[in-house]
Amino acid sequence: MGFQNTETKNSGNIHFGMRIERKATVPEVHYKITLCDGTSCIRKQSKQIHQILDQELRKRNLKEVVSVHLSGCLGMCAKGPILIINPGYVMYGNITEADIPEIVESHLVHDTPVARLMVEENHLYNRFFRIFGDVDFFGKQMRITLRNCGIIDPENIDDYLSVRGYEALAKVLTDMKPEQVVSEVKKSGLRGRGGAGFPTGMKWEFTAKQPAGEKYVICNADEGDPGAFMDRSAIEGDPHTVLEGMIIGGYAVGSSRGVVYIRAEYPLAIKRLEKAIAAAREHGFLGQNILGSNFSFDIEIRLGAGAFVCGEETALIHSIEGSRGMPRPRPPFPAVSGLFGRPTLINNVETWANIPVIILDGGEWFSGIGTQGSKGTKVFALAGKVRNTGLVEVPMGTTLREIVFDIGGGIPNGRKFKAVQTGGPSGGCLPEPYLDTPIDYESLAKAGSIMGSGGMIVIDEDSCMVNIARFFIEFTQSESCGKCAPCREGTRRMLEILTRITEGKGCPEDIDKLERLGAMIKKSSLCGLGQSAPNPILSTIKNFREEYEEHVNQKKCRAGVCAAMLSYTINDNCVGCGACKRACPVNAIDGTRKEKHHIDPNKCIKCGQCYSVCKFSAVAKA
Amino acid sequence: MVEMAQEKMDELRTFIAACMQKEYSDSYLIAVLHKAQELFGYLPVEVMDEVAQRMNIPTAHLWGVATFYHYFNLKPIGKYVISVCLGTACYVKGATEVLEAIKRELGVEIGQTTADNLFTLHEARCLGACGIAPVIMINDKIYGELDAKKVVALINQYRKTAQVA
Repeated sequence: MGFQNTETKNSGNIHFGMRIERKATVPEVHYKITLCDGTSCIRKQSKQIHQILDQELRKRNLKEVVSVHLSGCLGMCAKGPILIINPGYVMYGNITEADIPEIVESHLVHDTPVARLMVEENHLYNRFFRIFGDVDFFGKQMRITLRNCGIIDPENIDDYLSVRGYEALAKVLTDMKPEQVVSEVKKSGLRGRGGAGFPTGMKWEFTAKQPAGEKYVICNADEGDPGAFMDRSAIEGDPHTVLEGMIIGGYAVGSSRGVVYIRAEYPLAIKRLEKAIAAAREHGFLGQNILGSNFSFDIEIRLGAGAFVCGEETALIHSIEGSRGMPRPRPPFPAVSGLFGRPTLINNVETWANIPVIILDGGEWFSGIGTQGSKGTKVFALAGKVRNTGLVEVPMGTTLREIVFDIGGGIPNGRKFKAVQTGGPSGGCLPEPYLDTPIDYESLAKAGSIMGSGGMIVIDEDSCMVNIARFFIEFTQSESCGKCAPCREGTRRMLEILTRITEGKGCPEDIDKLERLGAMIKKSSLCGLGQSAPNPILSTIKNFREEYEEHVNQKKCRAGVCAAMLSYTINDNCVGCGACKRACPVNAIDGTRKEKHHIDPNKCIKCGQCYSVCKFSAVAKA
Repeated sequence: MVEMAQEKMDELRTFIAACMQKEYSDSYLIAVLHKAQELFGYLPVEVMDEVAQRMNIPTAHLWGVATFYHYFNLKPIGKYVISVCLGTACYVKGATEVLEAIKRELGVEIGQTTADNLFTLHEARCLGACGIAPVIMINDKIYGELDAKKVVALINQYRKTAQVA
């Protein structure tokens, strides 16, 4: 069921000139009323209010569809008596007997909350915490981007409307000139959430200042970083927020066309987005003369086809144009010459999702959250060897330790923390000493990693850092588009060297070679992919040099990951059950039943099957 | 069978015709290739030629695009496409073992299809389901928290379903 009440707190103000249209109310709506029955409210006549409410409901034959509950003290005694109506969680405070008929008439019969009696919520995001705030996982979080995810039905536009959805759009269209919108975004200090952290307001200003004519607004939903999934969740959980942000962006820069470029690998997100666009058109938030104004804007969806480099803005534009997604040198920046050669404003999903909040709560409020240079919140996809995996939204300036240990619950199975990897294949691995680094664009860069799109992978002592570095360079190498030589050839050479090291064939010069090559690729590559590709290697060499040296000099992998440096043996725990013998794909295990078995090292391919099937910890790897 | 292919080709032609009506029609090439793959399961040479002609795009450009993106299959695929996620979170949690187990079980390498045309093995960069890593996707369905054993059981389940059907 969708929440039925709209315009929860905005009633009575000027946006009513372009009243948000709602479809006919579904009949048989069930309201649930909670009336505070604490001592303080009783003193303030809550009992009488209850009686009158009961009479009113009877009079209007609403007893069947409205349930009334008495609650214990809510703790907001100053505002008592308090009455809460659900769905929608509308809270009325300081009500008197005389107010009851009005509430019943307006809210329960006509579905319009009585604005003058409502207890004001400070900010949009509070709602999330009112519902989930007592769960540990959410304690240190602050949800702005994901404020509606998990709360509203993403496929029902009425639900979005009930949480002040499209109110920012209405505000912009009635009260604000495009320049004012741009300056509000500038004031907020919002920076691009896709990775590089370019100030969003400046991007908007550049695009807005281009001569009028055909301009484009693009939402970059090509979330390619392995380990990051906040954009998928944001679209799946609250697609309208992203659309609303884009429409506002279109108004601010003078564009009438929007494009969402989304990965084909996200079928559910695509479906929800399509549905949301259709609903927004039906309600007049998209299309000609939005909300009766003379501003027109529409959005279409374009699918990616699986190429990591398309997350780079110029490559993405080429892909929308139907070509190979290869980047080109900038300038000219897309703000000047983008899609089809026209000025183009391109922002990431998470960036767009912040816009409605900035408009409603103000840029100044937004800039009060976070650190000196990084404002607002950032969503991280916490994954890997950590207890609570999932999406975490925290104010900028939160430390890595707080995320990994307080929110993430630390490392499972009693293993030891080794590093946290941020920024995906463009980022770096930060070990223990960096755990108290406050997260913002600058301090992460200083530590040798990047904010990136917000992937955060926790690595424990069971992972080999050299192997992790190899994994990342294998990724960037295969995703390199091949246009510029440093990236195309350089990443390949790095991969060869790292492969050699993990296979136990490394030589001492290899580590220095990697460092030299890495510095060169960073300096000379054309786009962000190449410029950041060496980061995982350089940061692991910097922070875990001893592991590299062990691999090269002693041919030893301390985590027991690099197969070439491992050997499997069977120890005295063996009871001779034969499980390993059956599992071995190359018949390298020998032994009679109920007697200790033996692995033939010459036949063994080090697949680890015996290790994983043994129930007696009798297979040892070293 | 031939009729079916004809029907699919007609549907593709209608789709192309609609795209050609729009402004910047060339830019719909990737959308058309998506549609073609949705209809045929992969991009057969004849279909590509047809697309090139109808969209008035050089075949070379078209192949350049089709080979650039991982999502497009240039060879026929099996009934079930298994995509093994090799994203970071999955990797850290043992995706390689899952991948090896599948390879062993099916006897194919990445990009290949089993002899019975039942399974095609792909690698995926990140399926965005890092919370339940390691994951694989079989057609449109995601399976998470796998290990070498569970994944073999899963494949056997699919084999059974295929037999019944």
